[in-house]
Parts: sequence; structure tokens; C-alpha cells
Amino acid sequence: MKKIQIFKKKSSGDIAKDRLKVLLISDRINCSPHTLNLMKQDIIKCISKYMSIDEEHMEIVLKKNNKRGKNKKPSLYANIPILDIHE
Amino acid sequence: MCEVIVITSGKGGVGKTTTTANLGSGLAALGKKVVMIDTDIGLRNLDVVMGLENRIVYNLVDVVEGVCRVKQALIRDKRYPGLYLLPSAQTRDKTAVNENQMIKLIEYLRPQFDYILLDCPAGIEQGFKNAVVGADRAIVVTTPEVSAIRDADRIIGLLESHETKQIDLLLNRMRLDLVKKGDMMSPTDVVDILGIPLIGVIPDDEQVVISTNQGEALVETPSLAGRAYRNISLRITGEKIPIELFQSISFWTRVSNIFHKN
Repeated sequence: MKKIQIFKKKSSGDIAKDRLKVLLISDRINCSPHTLNLMKQDIIKCISKYMSIDEEHMEIVLKKNNKRGKNKKPSLYANIPILDIHE
Repeated sequence: MCEVIVITSGKGGVGKTTTTANLGSGLAALGKKVVMIDTDIGLRNLDVVMGLENRIVYNLVDVVEGVCRVKQALIRDKRYPGLYLLPSAQTRDKTAVNENQMIKLIEYLRPQFDYILLDCPAGIEQGFKNAVVGADRAIVVTTPEVSAIRDADRIIGLLESHETKQIDLLLNRMRLDLVKKGDMMSPTDVVDILGIPLIGVIPDDEQVVISTNQGEALVETPSLAGRAYRNISLRITGEKIPIELFQSISFWTRVSNIFHKN
């Protein structure tokens, strides 16, 4: 049973949910995925000056704060694996 | 004490007017004194959904322009003695009324009613501003589709900046059979995305089309959608009723489900 589940295609309901999650984050803070990508490139450039990082496994995303309200701003979450620190 | 509730959605065609008509009827059936105001100037619809289109003499624009008294424009419903409709104008546009005029009208009606329901037009322009300005709370109607949910999220953001005290979500046209197959977002998914409390789920029910055709209230029918609207009306009055997920699976679907089980 479990094996069948693993190979099963992602359901359209889940696809809709995932698409909306990404879309609403950029809608809410008025930041397009393009801007986010530019920022990501800048962050990589900046950090690379001091240490070499694993660009393939790094992750820079905007996380939504689930509770709504005035002071519930989304936050920028970055997980950047370091390969080596430059001397 | 009177409560002013705006029924809004952002996207058109998700069921704001049907919801307004049925919550109005549902609250009136509970013995409350209710007035429904159609704020969709130029695209009047609530009157025809209520089956009151032949009784209109004056409208919202006549009232704010002082052509008639408020009392003259209110139409009494044919079923419930405590239910009134203030119809919108069909020949004017949204700019015919402004926010101050709406506040004045609501403050005038407040002492006379238990609930004032405002049927908001689609969009986020002047019509939306007129509808939300005087509201104490909002019911955001959405369907489990990406476009409707995106617009609902935008509307919730705008309502929050308007400092609407309470914002609830009403999920319309839910199909539990599709949710079970994974082809529709579940109520939990939608609540998770939008982050506001759920006030009720209306199943996709053919009785909605039938009742609207006849200009009758759904809440009077024994249908699933009618029961869902009755429950939401009770929740508005403050009763704690658990949210039901109505299952309307036909006999043949059940039989075919047996054969399709993995």
C-alpha cells in the first residue's frame, strides 16, 4: 500500500494548495518572485566573499506567519550550508 | 444590540448574494429583525434572488439623495415579517453613493434592527469601500478554487486595514467527493492558507439553483445547503454549533467507489 502511495502523482488539490501558498506570500508583501530571486543572487554574492557555500542545497524563502493581523509580518528564512571558510 | 455584517468576496460569482439572501432569511426565521442592503449599484441582484423584484419603488440611491424616506424604500419580505430589503439602483453606478452617506444610513437603521446585512459588490473599488465602511464584522465568501482564494486573501488584507473587528470565512460549493479524491482543497487546507476562522461550509447542492430560480429561500428547504445556512445563521447569533461537512454522495457514486477502492 505505502509503495503505491509513494509513486502516486501529487493530487491536484495539493498542487493548488502549494501554488497558493507561494503566490499569497508574494501578494501579501507585494514582492514578486523575480525580486526575490535577485535578492537571493545578491545574498549568495555577499556571503561568497567570506565563505564558500553549497548553492545547490541552500534555501532562501519567505515564510508566512500563519496568524494574521497587523504585526504578523512574513519573515525571510535562509538555510545556507557552508562548505569552507576562506582564510 | 444591532450588528452590521458585510458579505464580501473580492471575486464575483462565488455566492455573496445567495449567502446574503439565505442568512437574512435564516436570521429572520430565528425571529430576528433583519434588513439586507444591496450595495451593488448598477448590477442589482439581491431583489431577484429574494423574489421581490416586482415590489421595488425606491432604492438605495433614492434614499441617500433624499428623494424618499428610508422607510419608503424598505421592502418587506413575503415570508418573514421581520425581514426587509433595501434594493440597489439599477440605472446608476458605484459613484452615486459615498462612504459618509453609507455610515449615515447605517447609523439611522441601527436602532431599528437586530442585524444589518450588506451585500457587497465584487471588486475592491468604490462599491467595496461603501459596503465595508460601516460594518462591524465581515463574512468572506470563497470557493475552494485558487482564483477565489487569492482574491479572498486580498479582501481579508483590506478588511484588516479597515479594522473590521471580526472576519469569518464561509466556504461555498464544497464537493466532498472531490476532496476525498484529492482533487479539491479541503476546508482545513483553505483555513490553513487564509488564516481566519471558518463560520461554515456550504456543499455544492443543486437545490441552490432550484431555489434561486424560484426566488425562494434555501433555508426553508430540507436540502443540505439549506441546513448549512441555518447552522451559520445560528452561529451568527452566537450559538456554538460544530461545523458539519455535508456529504451528498449518490447511491451510484457509492457503488462505483466500492469497485474503485485501490
